[in-house]
Amino acid sequence: MPKIKLSDNTINIIKDICAEFQNKESELINVLHKTQGKLGYLPAEVQEVIARELNSSVARVYGVVTFYSFFTMIPKGEFPISICMGTACYVRGAEQVLSEFKRQLKVEVGESTSDGKFSLNCLRCVGACGLAPVVTVGEKVYGRVAPTQVKEIIAEYREMNGAESKIA
Amino acid sequence: MDVINLTIDNKPVVVKKGTTILEAAKGIGVHIPTLCYMKLEDLNIENKPGGCRICVVEVEGRRNLAPACCTEVHEGMVVNSHSIRAINARRTVMELILSDHPTDCLICAKSGNCDLQNMAHYLGIRKIHYEGEQSHYRKDTSPAIIRDVDKCIMCRRCEMMCNEVQTVGVLSAINRGFNSVVAPAFEMNLDHSVCTYCGQCVAVCPTGALTEVDETGKVVRVLSDPTKTVIVQTAPAVRAALGEEFEMEAGTLVTGKLVAALRRLGFDYVFDTDFAADLTIMEEGTELLNRLGKHLAGDKEVKLPILTSCCPAWVKFFEHQFPDMKDIPSTARSPQQMFGSIAKTYFADKLGIKREDLVVVSIMPCVAKKYECGRDEFKVNKNPDVDFALTTRELAALIKISNINFRTLPNEDFDNPLGESTGAAVIFGTTGGVIEAAVRTAYELHTKKELPRLDFDELRGMEGIRKATIDFGGIPLHIGIAHGLGNARKLLEEIQAGKSEFHAIEIMSCPGGCIGGGGQPYHHGNAEILKKRQAAIYREDSKKSIRKSHENPYIIKLYKEFLGHPMSEKAHHLLHTAYFDRTEEKG
Repeated sequence: MPKIKLSDNTINIIKDICAEFQNKESELINVLHKTQGKLGYLPAEVQEVIARELNSSVARVYGVVTFYSFFTMIPKGEFPISICMGTACYVRGAEQVLSEFKRQLKVEVGESTSDGKFSLNCLRCVGACGLAPVVTVGEKVYGRVAPTQVKEIIAEYREMNGAESKIA
Repeated sequence: MDVINLTIDNKPVVVKKGTTILEAAKGIGVHIPTLCYMKLEDLNIENKPGGCRICVVEVEGRRNLAPACCTEVHEGMVVNSHSIRAINARRTVMELILSDHPTDCLICAKSGNCDLQNMAHYLGIRKIHYEGEQSHYRKDTSPAIIRDVDKCIMCRRCEMMCNEVQTVGVLSAINRGFNSVVAPAFEMNLDHSVCTYCGQCVAVCPTGALTEVDETGKVVRVLSDPTKTVIVQTAPAVRAALGEEFEMEAGTLVTGKLVAALRRLGFDYVFDTDFAADLTIMEEGTELLNRLGKHLAGDKEVKLPILTSCCPAWVKFFEHQFPDMKDIPSTARSPQQMFGSIAKTYFADKLGIKREDLVVVSIMPCVAKKYECGRDEFKVNKNPDVDFALTTRELAALIKISNINFRTLPNEDFDNPLGESTGAAVIFGTTGGVIEAAVRTAYELHTKKELPRLDFDELRGMEGIRKATIDFGGIPLHIGIAHGLGNARKLLEEIQAGKSEFHAIEIMSCPGGCIGGGGQPYHHGNAEILKKRQAAIYREDSKKSIRKSHENPYIIKLYKEFLGHPMSEKAHHLLHTAYFDRTEEKG
């Protein structure tokens, strides 16, 4: 994993979140949740700061981060793409849509493109089963997506600027 | 006191409220098998995550089976420890554990000493009915410990030791479900972590997932090299435990047989780390008196309390976790390293050979000693002062493969000049021993009077943190003792906060001191074994004709012929060391 150097600003953001929870080790999950909300992801260096602030061990923090699938150590792309793998979407061909995204973006599930533009993930049911198969890009929902539309969807965002990576 | 009445296997039992089914059963002689559970009585060490489910029993009126290790008894409870349902569940659990465990028992380092193997045998498992995916992880080899987590059964004992007892915090359960395993943060290698190599994870691991680096092969090779003179030193705690590897009662002293075995293995000289322990006392005791003298003369800069520095895991612990305090511990090297340094100068000179042609092997109750002898500051032109450090267990293996019938060996004596030692040196092997040895010498050097007594019972015991005040000719000397790094941490935090009342503190990383070291024969959770080893150490001390380090005639001779006096320039160069801030190394 490449090392990143956290800016003083980022370190202060993390410290403030920890302080908000009285630097209690028992608040670890809340601290991680809020930190990920602010920074987008939880790389090793962020976990080290949290461990120090909460007087916990990095191993324990890492243990919690890897236990819950909600937490991620990989930065999401500017445009996070999610394909619903719920039952309805799955039977209506979500897997083929997913393969097409993988092929076009040249990434696996859970990864981001090298330019940081897109990340690819699966999710379970967004409650729009009538539109199956469903794909979301950021907050936007696409229904009845066919593999042939994948190229179009990606193109829509290619030239757009999304949220910058929040860890400077 | 609230009491609870219940029956276990039709036997009525009365126990205190809060007792577990397992403890209640034990009290009436009903054995319920356990696997992840481990308790070291009197040492405050207990692991009961309720994870493995081997200890399940049937409780009347309860829908599911209850894990005996972590289910409290209640009034009128009716427990059946061997109903067909409980037995079947136990066997199923065991088969499921085994279905994700390598079956290379024949060549596993833990074979014969494996709690999992023993339990499979106990439960009579003859077939594994479940087939499926097996976990595969990268093997992690460090200078002292090997992690082969394909063999991890998630009992969490190592995690408990590393976090709760030692407060080192290297190991944690990571990931989820089938992918979960115990690992350092970010699955980094141990040698990149803050691991101290205390080896307590190895000492409690029920399987071959955590073992020491086996260096017996290297030692066999140098022993058969005619161009090398190979000498051996053996630490005090080894003689109180080695016998267990040969089915001898725990606490049997095997000093004489140990010497005989080492001689038969082909070592050219069989020496004693105890000699170097006496030397340590001369240096450390003098350093204590120097600092104390300055303190009494009103010097505000002098660093007190002085902390012992014999234990390499403890040294690595404070280098990582308390680097701001690295000038507080004594600068005296550990006995292992003092021995190596003297052997490759003084003794090599006596033999008229080059240091490169002298190989120093040490037999240690410890896995951290393997790491210690590889530290750069203990090498001269890349040649280490100590070439190989074997654990007590490795020595036992070496004796077995060399066709030596240990039990029938005669008692033999150590060679000279590095084999003579005092009772003060032998007690280095137990918690409280180093400081007692230091007191015996420092008292007499300071007061110029003979000690009225030699046994300092107030310094002995198994309490995690102990304190005592010794009258040093009118000066009350406040002494602290901690074993287990979590206990050490408490005393260090007191010092950091400026609240420490002590002049001197002894710290040993392992619970019980070196007798409970990570390289000792496995105790399988039986704390009685540690207590018997401790008693054996004190027995050896009381049998010795000389019991004070400064009266060891070969130590006196060494200073006269070679070193000059304690803390001399030569002694500084050969017997002292410096410590490093390792905060940046982690991660």
